[in-house]
Formats: sequence, C-alpha cells, structure tokens
Amino acid sequence: MGGAVAADVTAAQGARPARGRRRGAPGVVELGLLSLGGFAAFFGLWFVVARSGVVPARFLPAPGVVAATFFHLTHDPFAGYTLQQHLLSSIGRFLMGFALAAAAGVPLGLLMGWFRWLDDVVSPVFEGFRFIAPIAWVPFAALWFGTGIGGPILIIFSGAFPPCVINAQRGARLIEPHLIEAARSLGAGHCRMFAEVLVPGALPSIVAGLRISAGLAWQSLVGAELIVVSSGVGYLMVQGQSNLATPIVMSGMIAIGIVGFLIDVALRAAEARIRRGWAGA
Amino acid sequence: MGRSMSQISFQSVSRVFRRGSEEILAVADVSLEVADREFVAIVGPSGCGKTTLLRMAAGLDFPSSGSVLVGAREVAEPGPDRAVVFQQFALFPWKTVRENIGFGLKCRGVPAAQRNAAVDRYIEMMGLQGHENAYPHQLSGGMQQRVAIARSYALEPEVLLMDEPFGALDAQTRIEMQEELIRLARVNPRTVLFITHAVEEAVYLADRVAVMTRRPGRLAEIIDVAPVRRAEAWEERPIEEVMDLGSFTHLRTRIWKMLRDEREAKAEAPRVTPLQRRKAGP
Repeated sequence: MGGAVAADVTAAQGARPARGRRRGAPGVVELGLLSLGGFAAFFGLWFVVARSGVVPARFLPAPGVVAATFFHLTHDPFAGYTLQQHLLSSIGRFLMGFALAAAAGVPLGLLMGWFRWLDDVVSPVFEGFRFIAPIAWVPFAALWFGTGIGGPILIIFSGAFPPCVINAQRGARLIEPHLIEAARSLGAGHCRMFAEVLVPGALPSIVAGLRISAGLAWQSLVGAELIVVSSGVGYLMVQGQSNLATPIVMSGMIAIGIVGFLIDVALRAAEARIRRGWAGA
Repeated sequence: MGRSMSQISFQSVSRVFRRGSEEILAVADVSLEVADREFVAIVGPSGCGKTTLLRMAAGLDFPSSGSVLVGAREVAEPGPDRAVVFQQFALFPWKTVRENIGFGLKCRGVPAAQRNAAVDRYIEMMGLQGHENAYPHQLSGGMQQRVAIARSYALEPEVLLMDEPFGALDAQTRIEMQEELIRLARVNPRTVLFITHAVEEAVYLADRVAVMTRRPGRLAEIIDVAPVRRAEAWEERPIEEVMDLGSFTHLRTRIWKMLRDEREAKAEAPRVTPLQRRKAGP
C-alpha cells in the first residue's frame, strides 16, 4: 500500500540522480555523528522510561535486559532453535517469496509496458489486489496450504509482487521512444528488442522496484510466520508473546530490523552501481 | 533493388493527426520523387510536417491518404533497408560505441568476425578510433552523431533518412559534420532524404532542396542545386569558400525569401485547418 506508492516515488527520483553535494548538507563525519546521536537519544529515552517505573517492566523491558536476552538467544535455543537458526529459516522463506515475486512480476511488468492491451487487461485487477495488505492473506494461506511452506511464501509474495510489476512496467513505458524506433529501424525483432532495449532501458527502475519489493517482503515476514509451526523469527516472537516474554519479542524485532537494514544496504549499493553505469540514460 | 529511377516516392501524401476532437492536417497532398543515389533536403518552418514525411518513409508513421514507396515497395514497417539518423542521436546508452554500431548487423545475423570487420571499417571512416569502448554519454554531441551515422551506414542501406541530424550540435561541430557528410556521400553514395530547417545546410548538402509551406505542409517549390554544384565543383572546396560563392548565396537567399513570403502570407490565416472528413484515396 504505502510501499507501492513509495516504489513510484523512488523510481521518479531515480530518474534524476542528484549530482554532487548540496550546499550546507552534512558531510560523512557529521552524518555519522548525527546518526549516532539519534541512536543515543532513542536508547536513552527508552532507558529512562523503562527505569523510571512509569511503565511496568513486563510492558516495556529495559534496553539492558533486551540486550542480554538477545545475546542469550544467540546460543541458547528458544522455541527449538537459536536466534541465528530462526533467522536463517526466515531468510530462506523471504528469499523464496521474493525470488518468486521478482521472477513473475518483472516480466509481467515489462510485457505490460510493451503491450498496451495487456496493461489494459491486467491493470484493473492488479490495482484492486495491490491494496490488500499481505497479512490479509493469512486465513487463505492457512486454508490453502495448511502449515506447509506455501502459506508464508504466498504472504511474502503478495507483499513483494506489486512493486516489481509497477516499476518494470513504468521503466519499460518510460524508455525514450527514439531508442525503440531506432532499434526497429535497425531491424530488431521482438526478442532482441526485449533483451537488448527493453530490459536494459528499464533496469534502473526495475532495480529500484526490487529494493522496495525486498523491503516489503521482509516486512510481510512476521505476518507470514504467524501461521508457521516450527521456526522463524516471527514464530520466535509469537512463542515469546505466548510466554509473556517481552524481551524475547523485542529481540525478534531488533533482529528483523537489523537484517532488513542489511538487505536494504546491499540492494541500495547494487542500485547505485547500476545507476552509475547508466549515467547517460 | 530494382533499377527503378526513383528510390523514394511520395504520391499525393496527406497526413491528418487527431488531437482530441480536432483534426489537424499536417501534410497536404505532397508528391515528391527522390532518385537513386540522389540527396534531397526538405526545408520548411517548424511544424510544417517535414519530419512527418521522413517518418512515413521510415515506416514509423503512415499516410492518411496517398502512398509512400521506397524501392518500388509500399512502406509497411520500419526496416534496415531504410536507416534513420535522429536529431537526438538515439544511441543505446547501455552499449559501447562498438556495440551500437554493430547492433543492426547483429540483428541481421551477421557472424561476429564479419561484423567486427565492418564495425572497424566504419569506426575508421567516421574517425572514431580510440573511442570504440566508450559509452555514448562519455562522448561529445558531435562524436555521438558520428556513431549514429556509422551505425546507419554499417547496414549499407539503400536509403538514408536523416531527421535534422545536426540540429542539436553547436555551430562549429555542425560545419564539420556537414563537410564530413559530403565526403561520406562521395565515397559511399546513398539515396538520402535529409530534413532540416537550416537553409544553408540544405543548399550545401543537397542535390535538390524541397521547400515546404507552413502547416498544412505542402511542397512550395523544388530547387535544383546539383547543376550549380557540379559546375563550380563545390565538393572540392572547403565549406566556408562554398558558402561565400555568389551562386550559393543566391540560392540561399532565394529560399529564405520563399520561406519569409510563406510566413507573411499565412500570418493571418488560421493555424489549424479543421477537416470535414478525411478523403479516401488520391
């Protein structure tokens, strides 16, 4: 929902990369210090509120307790596995859902960008579906797939799919018409047009879409793992919740945050790389 | 590759564009023949439909009535027998100079070894040595248009369609490219349809210059430059000398006047001519 809109915005911004530093913008060192300051303020506030006793520790565990629990979870299995093992199985599910969404969404989007009739056929249905939150699929995912691997993947897929389609479609649609006309005049057939003009032309937009898509896929994970039985960070959190172990729930949240951040950093780097290569586009 | 006298033939071509409920007549009943190996330039005020004519020869646009023939065949789609050079160069930004020039040959299925040899030849012909592996955005505008011209020539097309190819270049580069094109046309003559709004460029390059009216674009007059060019051996002289010749300035001024009369004659006429109904056939 918000994500799909964000995908559009990113694609639009991506079309015109900012060159150089704006005047008055902070440098790398200042930026680092500012980020550290933000973290310090956040943890400080959390610490003070937790310590003051205004909120019972059961509702808001102190940062120290959460850190200790987090550390504990890394070598002491909870709900059957250590934190790393839970993360690993979550990442596996994430990758499958995300890969499936990219493999289906990007070609569909490109085809929609190229064949207007297909766009006319698919868009209305797609526009309806993309506003359904991934978590809304939980009942059906459970009904159709039981506790198997299919359920969570369906949920992750439903989160990751729309930005793949939207950005690929938009990327294909926004290719300079002269390039397509030039390729046709030079004798390019449909296949070559796709492989050598459409895909590379839309690539920056596609990669921006993949980044948004990965973020949404990772966000959908907890919802997906509500219906999983045996492992995963979401499952760990659900188990923590039913044991009223709030530090465990929070450790899960932090782990999700960290991994999500790392995924974003990696894809951002890939995006920047491609954009550099396409500087003239 | 028939030995027909004319390579490109516009036969009573009209083109109507629809904008909302409005119908705009862009090209009105144009008939023009371009002979084999002839260089014809079309000049006219902007919006007169000259680019539309070129696009119809390229198969990127189609007449509302009348017909466009290239090599005695009615144009139905774009094809490598009619290479187009665009004002915006239209190079693939993700391909190197080599890959851009070789693209058409690759589409044709020419084997790599043969393709490379051809690409090398055109890289040399257009003075692009040393830039083979550069990407378009690393080159100046003039260099980019050299690549685009090489890409078109590499296909050895029957017909070259050039749509204001030097319109985006600075004055100095433009003159260099004009000389280059004359040189190229001498070594490697092709049938060329050249669109420009620069009168001097048209007179310097073309065998014949077709002057178009304001919208709706009709052919006002066709001026034969070739006899003068041959008689005074323009091709052997540097461009600035040619542009100083009495014969050159005479032709140029004549076309300028024509264009200005055109502008004044139509100044009070409505810009848009609504059509009651599109005529079917000539």
